[in-house]
Amino acid sequence: MVTIAEPVTKPGSRFRYILDRRGTLGAVFVAPAILYVLLLVGGPFLLAVYYSVSAYTIYDPSWRFVGLANFAQIVKNPVFLETLGNTFLFTFGSQLLGLILGKFGAFLLMRPFAGRKIVRALIILPWAVPIALASVAWEWMFDSLYSVINWSMIALGIINRSDAPNWLGNPHLAMLCVIIVNAWRFFPFAIVIFLAGITSVPQDIIDAATVDGAGFWRRNYQIVLPLILPIVAVGLIFGIVFTFTDLSIVYLLTNGGPVNATSVLGFRGFQVGIVSGDVSHGAAISLFMLPVLLIVVIVVLRFIRRREV
Amino acid sequence: MQRVVTNVAGQVGFYLAIAFFVVVTTFPFYWMLITSFKSNPDLYDVTNVPFWFNEAPTLEHFRYLFEQTLFARWLLNSLVIGLCVVAITLIVALPAGYSLARLTGRNGEALGIGIFLTYLVPPTLLFLPLSRIIANLGLQNSMWSLVLVYPTFTIPFCTWLLMGFFKALPPEIEEAAIVDGCSMFGAFVRMVIPLSLPAILTTVIFTFTLTLQEFVYALTFISSSAQKPITLGVATDLVRGDIFFWGEIMAGALIASVPVAIAYNLLLDRFITGITGGAVK
Repeated sequence: MVTIAEPVTKPGSRFRYILDRRGTLGAVFVAPAILYVLLLVGGPFLLAVYYSVSAYTIYDPSWRFVGLANFAQIVKNPVFLETLGNTFLFTFGSQLLGLILGKFGAFLLMRPFAGRKIVRALIILPWAVPIALASVAWEWMFDSLYSVINWSMIALGIINRSDAPNWLGNPHLAMLCVIIVNAWRFFPFAIVIFLAGITSVPQDIIDAATVDGAGFWRRNYQIVLPLILPIVAVGLIFGIVFTFTDLSIVYLLTNGGPVNATSVLGFRGFQVGIVSGDVSHGAAISLFMLPVLLIVVIVVLRFIRRREV
Repeated sequence: MQRVVTNVAGQVGFYLAIAFFVVVTTFPFYWMLITSFKSNPDLYDVTNVPFWFNEAPTLEHFRYLFEQTLFARWLLNSLVIGLCVVAITLIVALPAGYSLARLTGRNGEALGIGIFLTYLVPPTLLFLPLSRIIANLGLQNSMWSLVLVYPTFTIPFCTWLLMGFFKALPPEIEEAAIVDGCSMFGAFVRMVIPLSLPAILTTVIFTFTLTLQEFVYALTFISSSAQKPITLGVATDLVRGDIFFWGEIMAGALIASVPVAIAYNLLLDRFITGITGGAVK
């Protein structure tokens, strides 16, 4: 058994002294994480900001400062304005659809029934599976010729083969498709978030409200919903951030088309910055995501603060 | 009597609604499954009923996938990338989480939140500068670029997750070890790590599935087929010109999705606690 006094005389005690100081060890332990994040998130982020105000392309890597000229050029471009509109439509359309489905699904899953665990596991699938692979499956379901959706509608007599919709080829339908696929991907997450919130509401609060004569809807909207709002907000924030900035669904399903109808910010930044090699314009396009992200981060921080108080 | 009828109708409605949700969420996976076992003549005949086999099921697509494409290579790449990222993440996030929970006092909380917020910085904001950095490091078109970059989101997430876990661990355990003569570092290595095995396992599985789900960085950094991870390979490489090899694509998607889906399902509750940061309590 080692005694407390012994280490002082031991060789290598200076090293041990470092590892024994709470503050020093704490700093040594957390430093690699902070370094990694600073070097590969913070650094590139500043670099992206610099690219957006310079004339950098992969063919001419010039660091020449051009001020806000890139931004001025971008906002004049009608395709970009369309892209910006699409991004909002895509994000809020799919989040709204996802929230409605999520609330409804959570409501169903709250009730105990035989096989609930299996049902929950199956409902979670879209969110667990890599979205790129799920998108490819949807692409096949929306196929212009072999679409199973069209086949079913024809079999049910809803439409004729001649006027079967070309899901990904029609601008409006293509937008609807990417929204549906994204809502499909996120609503299981919304269900789980709602469930986690609802199960955290103490039963006696609900009982007390029932005794006081509050009906089902009143209990639901005036008692449960305000109580679970913080957790729902956190979930929604994740949904918004990951949807607003995503490009994989659009890239795989529609490739931004037809005629830019489904082009979103992330996708356009990729097209301009990587495919065309115009790094500075690409960075400027990507940076248009920043205000939305900032608002979201502020909301997160406010919720975390409020929780501490 | 009327009450019984409404009750039965309610039950039927309830199960119909449940069935609707299950069909909506699982149909694309059923579609992968059935497509991957269908023969091509069956697949590409619009008069056939698509929901079931009109001709005998075949393993042709799976054989083609493993013999004629780089599918096995992509699987291996994903495995190597995943394992390396898991190793880096554990080495960095384990001490960081512990430090933020126990050693850094009041600043730890703010620092922890700061690190976690970087998880919200999207790849689509960073891929341009990172692709230049990758090119300068000579890692362009190599799967090692992903090993370098993936920890940018796994470290914040796992540090946060582990921080929550360490906070819940009673500090008396380390205190006892220190009284017995362990250094603080020794107490961490000898007492805390063995006690955290469940949390470490969770971290390993999450890190691995997060790397499998990533698509944007892989798409940006890698164009040569032999270096692609599985998601990118299946989604972009099984198209020749304008022809999609749907049977092969669906077979590949199926093989790659099933393990991820199972792993995720097992750890779902922990994931939720992780990202909501204990907002539930």
